[in-house]
Amino acid sequence: MSTGTAQKSSDVSNDTRGVCVTLQNEKDGKVMHPDLINPNIKVAQYAVRGELYLRGEQLRQEGKEIIFTNVGNPHSLGGKPLTFTRQVISLCTAPFLLDHPDVEKLFAPDAIARAKKLTASFKGGIGAYTDSRGNSMIREEISNFIQKRDGIPSNHNHVFMTDGASVSVRMSLNALIRNSNDGILVPIPQYPLYSASISLYGGALIPYYLDEDNAWGLDMPGLKTAVQEARAAGKNVRGMVFINPGNPTGQCLTHANLCELVKFAYNENIVLMADEVYQENIYQDEHPFISAKKAVYDMGAPYNEAVELFSFHTISKGTGGECGLRGGYMEMVNIHPDTVAQMYKCASINLCPNTVGQIAVSVLVNPPAPGDHSYDMHVNETTSELHSLRRRAHMVTDAFNALEGVSCNFTEGSMYSFPKITLSAKAIEKAKSMGKAPDVYYCLRLLETTGISTVPGSGFGQKEGTFHLRTTILPREEVMDKFTKMFKTFHESFMDEFRD
Amino acid sequence: MIHGHYPIPVEPYNSALPATIWHNSSTRISFYKKPRRDRSNQVIGIRRSSMLRSQGNKIFALCSKAHALAALQGANAPSILGSDGVRFKSTNPNVKDGKVMHPELLNQNVLDTQYAVRGELYLRAEQLRKEGKEIIFTNVGNPHALGAKPLTFPRQVIALCAAPFLLERPDVEQMFPRDAIARARKILASFKGGVGAYTDSRGNPLVREEVAQFIEKRDGLPSNADDIFLTDGASVSVRLCLNAIIRDKWDGILVPIPQYPLYSASITLYGGSLIPYYLDEKNNWGLSVENLQASVKKAREEGKNCRGLVFINPGNPTGTCLSKDDLKKLIKFAYDEKIVLMADEVYQENVYQDERPFVSAKKVMAEMGEPYVSSVELLSFHTVSKGSGGECGLRGGYVEMTNIHPGAVEEVYKCASINLSPNTIGQISMSILVNPPVPGDESYELYMKEKSTEIASLRRRAHMVTDGFNSLEGVFCQFTEGAMYAFPQIKLPKKAIEKADSLGKAADVFYCLRLLEATGISTVPGSGFGQEPGTFHLRTTILPREDVMQQFNDKFKTFHKAFMNEFRN
Repeated sequence: MSTGTAQKSSDVSNDTRGVCVTLQNEKDGKVMHPDLINPNIKVAQYAVRGELYLRGEQLRQEGKEIIFTNVGNPHSLGGKPLTFTRQVISLCTAPFLLDHPDVEKLFAPDAIARAKKLTASFKGGIGAYTDSRGNSMIREEISNFIQKRDGIPSNHNHVFMTDGASVSVRMSLNALIRNSNDGILVPIPQYPLYSASISLYGGALIPYYLDEDNAWGLDMPGLKTAVQEARAAGKNVRGMVFINPGNPTGQCLTHANLCELVKFAYNENIVLMADEVYQENIYQDEHPFISAKKAVYDMGAPYNEAVELFSFHTISKGTGGECGLRGGYMEMVNIHPDTVAQMYKCASINLCPNTVGQIAVSVLVNPPAPGDHSYDMHVNETTSELHSLRRRAHMVTDAFNALEGVSCNFTEGSMYSFPKITLSAKAIEKAKSMGKAPDVYYCLRLLETTGISTVPGSGFGQKEGTFHLRTTILPREEVMDKFTKMFKTFHESFMDEFRD
Repeated sequence: MIHGHYPIPVEPYNSALPATIWHNSSTRISFYKKPRRDRSNQVIGIRRSSMLRSQGNKIFALCSKAHALAALQGANAPSILGSDGVRFKSTNPNVKDGKVMHPELLNQNVLDTQYAVRGELYLRAEQLRKEGKEIIFTNVGNPHALGAKPLTFPRQVIALCAAPFLLERPDVEQMFPRDAIARARKILASFKGGVGAYTDSRGNPLVREEVAQFIEKRDGLPSNADDIFLTDGASVSVRLCLNAIIRDKWDGILVPIPQYPLYSASITLYGGSLIPYYLDEKNNWGLSVENLQASVKKAREEGKNCRGLVFINPGNPTGTCLSKDDLKKLIKFAYDEKIVLMADEVYQENVYQDERPFVSAKKVMAEMGEPYVSSVELLSFHTVSKGSGGECGLRGGYVEMTNIHPGAVEEVYKCASINLSPNTIGQISMSILVNPPVPGDESYELYMKEKSTEIASLRRRAHMVTDGFNSLEGVFCQFTEGAMYAFPQIKLPKKAIEKADSLGKAADVFYCLRLLEATGISTVPGSGFGQEPGTFHLRTTILPREDVMQQFNDKFKTFHKAFMNEFRN
């Protein structure tokens, strides 16, 4: 009998395996030793919950008050859920309430009706697995929403719900990436979900830089160069991610931008992955949200028949901000039906997305209509949150731009501000002497001094030699003043401390 | 970059290509590209010489790999000009029939993945259902879909957590018991920002603490909340762990046959190797360490690393409950062979006999003392989807990692964080599973009554289903000691096997499809779980409610008789 110890010798070559060499199976008595786990996991980086987050958590546990502006997590900073959504969820989770004589005292009549309709559509209620793509009635509601938004038909069989949009993104990347030569174009700065997932699936991230001097706009020649260089380096360029409105950059793409992208994807045979989770979060009127799908169809043939497009949406953002419930979807446009079937198979391994997240998606895409009992309240709640976010976008951007050595593009959309901070040579040296990236050092000092938890620009990618940080614009208006003041005080003393 | 020459398949722009080119093995060609320029418009490259070779009826250009890939992708791919002036178009290996995401161009691991529980039978059943036929879905352990009711207390707490404004209402006590209200308040206080906020990626710390206390109470051993991760159902836990363990196709995971296809599918998806070990049907689907050793030996001879061992207790689809002695053997085996144990213990509450109550692998490990207790690497999984609550749709589960290197736990934490956090409602559901109402609480009696009624009913149903199968001609079924399934062996007549062959179907798939068409009963063929070659099984849940179970059995019996008569040799 061969034993574990015998197996440990790691350099046995075996002719049935060609050139492969047996990987080590055990180290320090551990099979699951950190040095012996999947190397794709080891290289994956996920900065949003990285060093800064961990230190923030530690300080919080020590009793320090922390303002978590590191994640777009509105409720944790006092954002309130939308009442109608939660009434419906509450009734669906406890369907026996629907038979209670007092139910109408606590719940709105349209919430009761909606809960009844939803409960009926979940065979067995929300405690039963649904189809792995999600409840089909809700997928039809999503299709109707997309159709209404874009004026273009949508097929609910090509809409999959998942536990948050992140799972949708990961499913599509997993299908697309075959090996380390398969590359995905990702904007820099980017949301680290993309870099982390691409590493995890063993693909190659191909960066393309957004133009900070041009309001974080797309740089088409730069994009083309990125593709050419990647190909010259032996990569297959398979997919291209773009985030509209931008995360962490906050810019909104114009119709013309989108058309250029679509044309580019068509010419270069690249699958478009449109991260459109912030579509509701728009804080100016010049660049309203336009979906990639609409741009594809506006361009007509051959684009509308050929450009392969994934588009992602979520309940976590918008005005509801239901991060914790984990609901999201993807729509697949011009994706080969057999590929959709392959994705369905992969989705089925996890059985189904959680039902409460599905219900939240249902209410997001099919909210109360005029005349419904809850309509006025629902509209009032969503618009006042949106207006407040717009004011906060201005407050944060203005505050950053008032600081020495800081410049910040206006947050046109999404939930983030991504200021550039010009650090002095002294500060950079100090950071290096501590073995930290300068932006990490700045953010750590900010955290220690003020309790403000941000994410350094290096977590998202930035041009060599520039330093940024990402903060959400989510502190409530009543504490925003305090937030910007704390930031200012810290920044001034930091600049004084390290003045060259 | 890898140096060397790479063939690029090329096809003529003009199909009326002169035959001389097709047969010329060394035509000199040039790649004509638009000049490559850098950002200052400086030309940095323009042309490259290479060779054409023919092989069969295909033509290949030989060039460097980078050049080949650059040549073949995108609209700016150059045309290839032969020395005799004939142009060629390169065939882009990245696109087929105009699709980048062509099914033939996807991740091979995705294509190779099989998932039978929602395979051909399920799809056909869904189709029939849409056509209006009444289908009894016994293909998935999905109790609520067959009429099971949720436990009242967890749903009350969840309803209050989802709509916290109800807690402010003076009339809330008219609709909710006091302990549900108190529990909801406690939970909401621990979810900073309520259920709409992301939690820590491992789940809410209070709930993880409750899980640790539950384990401590169950096993009489300490458990550390930092080694417990909550996930969207136990499947996600299993997949997180497999993804960390598997590095390449030489990394093997021992999986029982028959097995739950989550394992085979995930191992394929992560590019590892499934190493089967057979359970012994004649011996009540028992474990045989000899079989395990033989499997490991064979796998190692093939050059594989045996990294992990999955076992399911109580068994899915086999229904077997492992004895303490079985578990001891497994643990010793894992220790001797240096293999991570993956204990699928999601059916721990579903036990239908008294001889072998559920014992956790962790408890047995502790009883064995040193060196086992401090060195066997153990991952154990639990869920809200099974038990007496059966909250499949809410997606709550956890993994406890015992003796796992803290650095590896960190890496798994990082992976979990990419998905931000498990859903909060599933977390609350887990909180109540592990920390239910206690004696003296207002809801205690109702809660206990609901649970024990369901388990008692499942026990009766386990007998009904097993007895039903064993009364059929040519059918043999081990008693469902635990879990939610019966996995009868069906001796199919030769004629039936031939008929199935002629239709291009596995014989058990054929049987299950006929069963579905005739009765509306949706099962999963044994081939989806693995079975000894030449034997045929199916899996059904024991979940139809008692009042319809007689009907279920009768339908099955009528179909089976007719099927056997039709194909009698």
